Amino acid sequence: MSFLHYLLGGRRHSANAAKERLQLVLVHDRADLTPGKLEILKSDLIAVLSRHVEIDRPSVQVTLTRDRNQQRLLADVPLAPPRARRRPPG
Amino acid sequence: MTAKVATITSGKGGVGKTTATANLGVALASSGLKVVCVDADIGLRNLDVVMGLENRIVYDLVDIVEGRCRLRQALIKDKRQDDLYLIPAAQTRDKTAVSPQDMIRLADDLRSEFDWILIDSPAGIERGFRNAVAPADVVIIVTNPEVSSVRDADRIIGLIEAEEKGPGKLLVNRFKPELVKRGDMLSTEDILDVLAIELIGVVPEDESVLLASNRGNPAVLDERSRAGKAFRNIARRLNGETVPFEDLAAKDGFFGRLTRLVRPGDG
Repeated sequence: MSFLHYLLGGRRHSANAAKERLQLVLVHDRADLTPGKLEILKSDLIAVLSRHVEIDRPSVQVTLTRDRNQQRLLADVPLAPPRARRRPPG
Repeated sequence: MTAKVATITSGKGGVGKTTATANLGVALASSGLKVVCVDADIGLRNLDVVMGLENRIVYDLVDIVEGRCRLRQALIKDKRQDDLYLIPAAQTRDKTAVSPQDMIRLADDLRSEFDWILIDSPAGIERGFRNAVAPADVVIIVTNPEVSSVRDADRIIGLIEAEEKGPGKLLVNRFKPELVKRGDMLSTEDILDVLAIELIGVVPEDESVLLASNRGNPAVLDERSRAGKAFRNIARRLNGETVPFEDLAAKDGFFGRLTRLVRPGDG
């Protein structure tokens, strides 16, 4: 059905874009955490975590999500690969 | 009689609060109930012109609150309906002239005389909004099917829940079935999915609303108006009746799409 829909419906509809943008902006509104503030939080988080463990900084992802009634802050923090973690002596 | 107080609000301006208040007032009154519409938008009075009563104003809401007239003197009787009244907003004052406690006192003074008190809230989330919501038993949140308006509705829902007036009922106004069918307007389902509150009705975009407001005759009075019909249904739901929702934008399935593909001009 979705393939047929795609075939016959053709382009991406602006209502879908509206709904996606709305959902994203509401997640941030409800948490009172703008995307900009979330970036700052992410840097702070990286700084704190780095004091304890070596992390793969560029791959860190911090996102806000909502399932039904619960707002959730998700941090995905990959550790640095084992080779990079082994420091040269001294 | 013990009136119920319904406040019509939205956050964003220009979505149709005043139009909704006037139409619901007329619809409730025409079903035999005694109704007073209160314009709480102090400084930007408009409910009077939408109801066509602008020439009858002597006293206003601030005059009542400040004791310059008795309540009865400020009640303007509608020209068409015997059981419909208006309390107009003051035009030359601002929202700080009235407090939420004043509004609660006013509503309590009106309760014994009416079945419904409808309060038209100003846009925004400051004093005027808090005034309008303070005496509410039920809050109707008006939104249009667009991102900015739904976002503001979400904010309002949060605020009225914080005031323990929530969760409120959603009125979707200026709905364009053709755009929804085409996938270029948020559907009612999309909006409810995002806001998660109860729907009280969907009013289609309808030029009869403008024509009606030009003349000061709310669209509800026009039997043929689609928006008027929607408002009559909303009034019945507000009054506790179960009225099935009209499917304004039945999503056409495969064959609908196919037909439009074959006859593109028909969209």
